[in-house]
Amino acid sequence: MPTVAKGDAMRGLAVFISDIRNCKSKEAEQKRINKELANIRSKFKGDKTLDGYSKKKYVCKLLFIFLLGHDIDFGHMEAVNLLSSNKYTEKQIGYLFISVLVNTESELIRLIIQAIKNDLFTRNPVHICLALQCIANIGSKEMAEALAPEIPKLIVSGETLDAVKQSACLCLLRLFRTSPETVPSGEWTQRVGHLLNDQHLGVVTSATSLIHTLAQKTPEDFRQCVQLAISRLSRIVTSSYTDLQDYTYYFVPAPWLSVKLLRLLQVYPPPEDPAMRGRLNECLETILNKAQEPPKSKKVQHSNAKNAVLFEAINLIIHHDTEPTLLVRACNQLGQFLQHRETNLRYLALESMCLLASSEFSHEAVKKHMDTVITALKTERDVSVRQRAVDLLYGMCDKSNAEEIVAEMLSYLETADYSIREEMVLKVAILAEKYPVDYTWYVDTILNLIRIAGDYVSDEVWYRVIQIVINRDDVQGYAAKVVFEALQAPACHENMVKVGGYILGEFGNLIAGDQRSSPMVQFQLLHSKYHLCSAPTRGLLLSTYIKFINLFPEIKGQLQDVLRNNNNLQNADAELQQRAIEYLQLSTVASQDVLATVLEEMPPFPERESSILAKLKKKKPNVSDIEVKEGKKSSNPPTLNNSAANTPEATPASAPVPVMAAAPAPAPVQSASDDLLGLSAGPAAAVPVTNNFAAPAAPAGGGGLLVDVFDTPPAQNNVSTALAPQAEDNFFNMAGETAPSGDASATELDGRFAIKNNGVLFENELLQIGVKAEYKGNLGRLGLFYGNKTSYPFQFFTPTVSCPGELASALNVQTKPLDVNTVEGGAQVQQIINVECIADFLDAPILSIKFSYSGSMQQINLMLPVMLNKFFEPVEMDATTFFNRWKQLNSPGQEEQKIFKATYPINQDNSRTKLLGFGFGLLDGVDPNPDNFVGAGIIKAQSSQVGCLLRLEPNMQAQMYRLTLRTSSNSVTTRLADLLLKLF
Amino acid sequence: MLKFILLVNKQGQTRLAQYYEHPEHERVSIERDIIRKCLAREDSQCSFLEYKNFKLVYRRYASLYFIVGVDHTENELAILELIHNIVETYDKYFDKVCELDIMFNLDKAYMILEEMVMNGRIVEMNQNRILLPIRVMDQAAQ
Repeated sequence: MPTVAKGDAMRGLAVFISDIRNCKSKEAEQKRINKELANIRSKFKGDKTLDGYSKKKYVCKLLFIFLLGHDIDFGHMEAVNLLSSNKYTEKQIGYLFISVLVNTESELIRLIIQAIKNDLFTRNPVHICLALQCIANIGSKEMAEALAPEIPKLIVSGETLDAVKQSACLCLLRLFRTSPETVPSGEWTQRVGHLLNDQHLGVVTSATSLIHTLAQKTPEDFRQCVQLAISRLSRIVTSSYTDLQDYTYYFVPAPWLSVKLLRLLQVYPPPEDPAMRGRLNECLETILNKAQEPPKSKKVQHSNAKNAVLFEAINLIIHHDTEPTLLVRACNQLGQFLQHRETNLRYLALESMCLLASSEFSHEAVKKHMDTVITALKTERDVSVRQRAVDLLYGMCDKSNAEEIVAEMLSYLETADYSIREEMVLKVAILAEKYPVDYTWYVDTILNLIRIAGDYVSDEVWYRVIQIVINRDDVQGYAAKVVFEALQAPACHENMVKVGGYILGEFGNLIAGDQRSSPMVQFQLLHSKYHLCSAPTRGLLLSTYIKFINLFPEIKGQLQDVLRNNNNLQNADAELQQRAIEYLQLSTVASQDVLATVLEEMPPFPERESSILAKLKKKKPNVSDIEVKEGKKSSNPPTLNNSAANTPEATPASAPVPVMAAAPAPAPVQSASDDLLGLSAGPAAAVPVTNNFAAPAAPAGGGGLLVDVFDTPPAQNNVSTALAPQAEDNFFNMAGETAPSGDASATELDGRFAIKNNGVLFENELLQIGVKAEYKGNLGRLGLFYGNKTSYPFQFFTPTVSCPGELASALNVQTKPLDVNTVEGGAQVQQIINVECIADFLDAPILSIKFSYSGSMQQINLMLPVMLNKFFEPVEMDATTFFNRWKQLNSPGQEEQKIFKATYPINQDNSRTKLLGFGFGLLDGVDPNPDNFVGAGIIKAQSSQVGCLLRLEPNMQAQMYRLTLRTSSNSVTTRLADLLLKLF
Repeated sequence: MLKFILLVNKQGQTRLAQYYEHPEHERVSIERDIIRKCLAREDSQCSFLEYKNFKLVYRRYASLYFIVGVDHTENELAILELIHNIVETYDKYFDKVCELDIMFNLDKAYMILEEMVMNGRIVEMNQNRILLPIRVMDQAAQ
């Protein structure tokens, strides 16, 4: 018996719906719908004007079709017409159609706005409400502009009916969200707060939402609402369920309003006024107490409504994070829920407790529930609940329970749902790293992780374990041993092979003494996996083999056989082929000494934020909150990062790098991984400069032009810059050119002045500044030539030189004042500046020029071309001396290495000129590779003299350089490297 | 806030859909996906699930599923009871509401919803007040 439509029954609609329901197939349904659409279309197009009733019927049919998933592209106009009907039912259908089917870009929006306006200004509250609801649903920008000013009046006017006020609040909220600027500010914002006191709880409910959003935007404007919200909340929670008859839901007074009020209070910090604070705490305690009372009804609606308020109260307690007793009570309450028979409650309790775990007051209390949470992880039938359990275990983990939690998570991982494995792997890896019991435990954990869930172990995880093993020499032998054992498993994940290959290649010698893991056994074990692995892993293993040739000369023959194997030498994969060829060549040509230098143990990686954590944050943005809050804990446990950084003995002797030849470095992985290992930050040999064999030929031609014009007059420089827009265009940065005043930032100094002393420093339409400089030892003398290019005089021409910050103590600058303060049109004046280098420095002194030109003040700020290398003197030495000194300069900080993409095309002669211009003495024949440069020089500062050694390795294929500098002063190393970087 | 309310039957047909934010992707495909996810769940599973960057709160009444999409600030239990209150209000108006009532009286079903939730926020939870305008309308029509 089909239900008959209520009210004015629409028989046609009922028939249509029944037809659709009786359709046996999708095709039949589609057919029936098409028929109906054609019918409606013809009715709308027909000459006969439809009466309101028919229009209403057809609009309902269209809605129904829309819900079935079909697009409706007509009927909008008819719906708009219905808006102006005087019949409530027809008007309502019109608004309904528009709310559901019209998007904000519709061209009909103007007509709709007009209809809404008409309804807003009627005296009929029912019509006003319909109009307001429509605005609240569509809320386009155009609507906001046309209607926003009207709404606040409705909200605060004493004459407005409650129902209208309710709609008006949410309508305004919508317009505020769409375009806040259209909502007028004014006296109403003061009065809207008082709606929290309104008699009508429906009005309070709507107003609370509006105030919440407004207060998030400008909290100060609504601060008075805190008190109003607290007293309203207090009245609700202390009322008996009979007081608020109509708003009591299953014996819970106004649960939704209470939730909203509690959420509004979360916009603000705890109230400072003790009375207010006391009253709020009373409320919160009452809510917590009620949770302990016997339920007034067995219905789930009762407990849900009660607990909705309870959870929101706990959110507020956590948000305030100042009341230890409340926090602990909240935690105990949630602890009870953890074992509740309602899945929903267990889920929410786990979720809330995760927040509590990050508060220092309740962290310990949360930890007490660890066993329950672990049980949940094992026994919950719902994966979303298990997911929450994982989150909570992660949140409650600290040094004291890390071992147990990690063990439980690992064991759960074996059976975990696929959907959450990757995230779990990240979490385990982070916890193991953050709270290591010891490093052997850490290594065990990560290897277990790879063993159990190898497919879900992202690259970041295994990079990290290698970084840590390399940085901690006390764990290297152990790591080699366990990874060797892990590789013996019959089926072994490729990630394990990667870690194994890398660690054995570096530290295989530490376990080679044992017959069971002799070099040959190690090699055979790794090689037994070789053919099962993907190309990147094979590349890594080839690097391991060349390292083995260095570590274990006794098995060189077998290793060379592998390299020589046609499968490798002629591999279709260019990377593998190249590695095989070059490693084979390297092992044949190079002496044992050279080999030992090339394949020196990896230097430690710089410490930085764990890349795994970054990945997890990316995956789950809300995790970062936990991390941030954790910083508040007084006893912040040291992380692996810190401890590694704080123990100098963990740093293995830095490698003396030399000779890399053109061979690919023993790179752990392919270039894609570079950034993750932080290779760009320069941990030595890990960066395969030559790795990217397929690098594009050369950068854009413009760069070449710039090199060529290094010594040509600047006027042409301008031309070439124009020709090559992609080239560095701040040769003549005209920061101060037209700005009448105030541009304090100095124009960046052009790199070419690092290698030459004379030239045009600055030029614009008005002024040209030339410079000539001479340096000897720690002294220098600059002549500046100011040329007026115009035919009018510069008045009040005052150049001043300043040494900002640290520079003042490192550089002594004396400026001779100008004889005149006017530079006539077409004239040039000269100024002499004497400088003395006291200590090493980075920034250049700033020349700031002020003058008045035809009545307007001009200001130009420039950097003077005074760099550290100006006080540099070349040194000649032979290869032995060079290598001895190089090796002496091996403490941390004395070396700076940069690997960077060539800005200019690599050219042997140009590089030579630049290095000589920079001040280095070039030592030919020291580096076996004639393409590389080795140089030496001394920085002569007044306070000290600093010897500098340089090695620059260009790589033609990759268009990259590797620059290594060693000096006896850490700061000089960094500063020279920065200057050099800009030249190539 | 609420992002949408969907009423869906066990066959996966949408019977009512109200959006408070324009759906980012194609409405039909996203609805299908959401419905499939909810229908696949067992009664013992919890009523909340993470979906893309928001949460779904759902409740089943006989053959009808009420599915509400909410952002992460929303109180899940409050939404769960909002659903129940909607159902009770429908029940009060239609007298033992069933899927057919909603289909045949789509306009009324929407109107009731409109009185309860507007712009993704709860406006009124008092059933008598919710039904007041619609009763006014019914009287006017007679």
